[in-house]
Amino acid sequence: MSVLVDDDTRVVVQGITGGEGKFHAEQMMEYGTNVVAGAVPGKGGQEAAGVPVYNTVHEAVEEENADTSVIFVPPAFAGDAIFESLDSGLDLAVAITEGVPTQDMARVNKRLSETDTRLIGPNCPGLITPGEAKLGILPGNIFAEGNVGLVSRSGTLTYQVVDSLTNRGIGQTTAIGIGGDPIIGTDFVDALDLFENDPETDAIVMCGEIGGEDEEEAAAFIDEHVDTPVAGFIAGRTAPPGKRMGHAGAIVSGSGTGTAESKINALNDAGVPVGDTPEEVADHIEGFLD
Amino acid sequence: MKLHEYQAKQVFADAGIPTPASQLASDVDGAVAAAEEIGYPVAIKAQVQVGGRGKAGGIKLVDDEDEAREAADEILGMDLKGYHVGSVLVEEAVDFTNELYVGITMDRGEGKPVAMVSTKGGVNIEEVAEEDPDAIAREHIDPSFGMHPYQARKAVYDAGVDQAIARDVSSVLTTLYQLWDDRDGADAEINPLMVTADDEVIAADAVMNIDEDALFRQPELAEMEAEAASTGDELEQMADEYDFDYVRLEGNVGIIGNGAGLVMTTLDLVDHYGGEPANFLDVGGGAKAARIANALDMVFSDDNVDSVVFNIFGGITRGDEVARGINEALEQFDEIPKPVVVRLAGTNWEEGMEILNEDLVTVEQTLEDAVQRAVEYAGEVSEQ
Repeated sequence: MSVLVDDDTRVVVQGITGGEGKFHAEQMMEYGTNVVAGAVPGKGGQEAAGVPVYNTVHEAVEEENADTSVIFVPPAFAGDAIFESLDSGLDLAVAITEGVPTQDMARVNKRLSETDTRLIGPNCPGLITPGEAKLGILPGNIFAEGNVGLVSRSGTLTYQVVDSLTNRGIGQTTAIGIGGDPIIGTDFVDALDLFENDPETDAIVMCGEIGGEDEEEAAAFIDEHVDTPVAGFIAGRTAPPGKRMGHAGAIVSGSGTGTAESKINALNDAGVPVGDTPEEVADHIEGFLD
Repeated sequence: MKLHEYQAKQVFADAGIPTPASQLASDVDGAVAAAEEIGYPVAIKAQVQVGGRGKAGGIKLVDDEDEAREAADEILGMDLKGYHVGSVLVEEAVDFTNELYVGITMDRGEGKPVAMVSTKGGVNIEEVAEEDPDAIAREHIDPSFGMHPYQARKAVYDAGVDQAIARDVSSVLTTLYQLWDDRDGADAEINPLMVTADDEVIAADAVMNIDEDALFRQPELAEMEAEAASTGDELEQMADEYDFDYVRLEGNVGIIGNGAGLVMTTLDLVDHYGGEPANFLDVGGGAKAARIANALDMVFSDDNVDSVVFNIFGGITRGDEVARGINEALEQFDEIPKPVVVRLAGTNWEEGMEILNEDLVTVEQTLEDAVQRAVEYAGEVSEQ
């Protein structure tokens, strides 16, 4: 069982003729993902990674019944590529691109509210349903099939926590990297809602970080609407105010909002234990599943 | 990226926002000459990227040449919260009756820009936001349409701005939004927007933060960044050249990793195990050997660093490339200057382990063990 993606998902890769696009299209297919087409303006009629390339996403939808896109398009063109996938009536668009200007994402965000497409990212590793399909750049071999849902703002931190779980024999239903930018599509609340309604998901890991108030909002949502046990992790306890720690969204404002402490407190108040280390997160999940 | 005050003022003035007469000076004689030309009284303001300049002695109001000379001499070359003051802005002192605040920022929770106006200008607006949020009028803007004129008026009237100046303040706000939009602003603020006895408004300070990710389409501002960066912290400049996400911290355990969340986690674990992080350094995704060597070179250049921990969890990044980079950086030394602990996981970690020269580094299998070892080494070294 899974949320959002399974082996029937029909994927079009935007930017499939680029280095990353091609490499990861192949990696996705090797994992079992049903990649049916690529979309690259000016490269229509060619073939890449063994699938036909179309000039537009609309064509890929018409010709190959694509219902999901994975976007490997450079930052300057990524906003436009996301718009294209929204306009093509896809169910899901996953934007891997790092460094998309925030104002472009504000415009995308506005359009998102007018369409039925779900967006994940940008600046994210994608998502994976172990044993079925992966969309994005996650290393498939560290994941295992199981009953824990995972949602995270950080890619490599996802890998670290999944590794701790998998090493103990705890597998995952779906792991979703939502990205660390200030404006993203699917957020914690959306992902928690999906997992709460997935009968196969028995526990949830939520990895957050400093900056913004998404974790606080998630904590309020958990308190009201989530019965599935959740364990948390918050990166950036040692981050000084005013400095951007890598992710465009990971900055503690001068007035003290968005700190690790406020997020940890909010989660604790909602009954969510927060691990000091990734291993402690796995301890909590192990406890839930016993 | 944050523009210097003088740069932001230039950008604002070019767009038609009234600003006081001012000149930049980098030596005492230049500052005095500028003051003579503008006419006393003038404010002499340190051009560094830190808040609270006034309280720290970086802004002085002067009435004559002697005072100007003394103030410029004092401020130029001073160390302001760790930043060297290389230049001052000499600016006409505005005689004001009132101070307002106007600003545009991205409300990330809403995913939309928001325009803000307050009659409580001239003070720390973040404190106002916390203690008296109703004192700031807010108007969200649809980014696909831009700011309608009525929205500027609404924010201005909601804030309780005096009728006599409402029109001019609305106009400043509209221009500020246009600038923010055109120049890929993250924040654009005027605090204070001074009101004179003649009911004129004038931007006495100017803050402009640009979205780093959008600099590719703002070449003029990217040039300003180069100019602004040249007065910053030496290691942070080095990080800019190498194109690393880097933040210098106070401790002595150097930290290198891939991915912002994982690097932050490594910092937190150093703290958790009783050490103090010296820096945040994210090499990013897919780093090749040369980049890894640069990262190590960089952290070694920080005199405060007593040990280094590498935490790499490969997805796009490959363990063998990382191992080659570490070897490359360390093999140039007769004696390794600081102990290095390496933890490799994920893509090609086994190949990486085979390549790593274990005479030069300490290898640990888990994140926890690696961090504890690095903290231990830092303790030993600093005790020597």
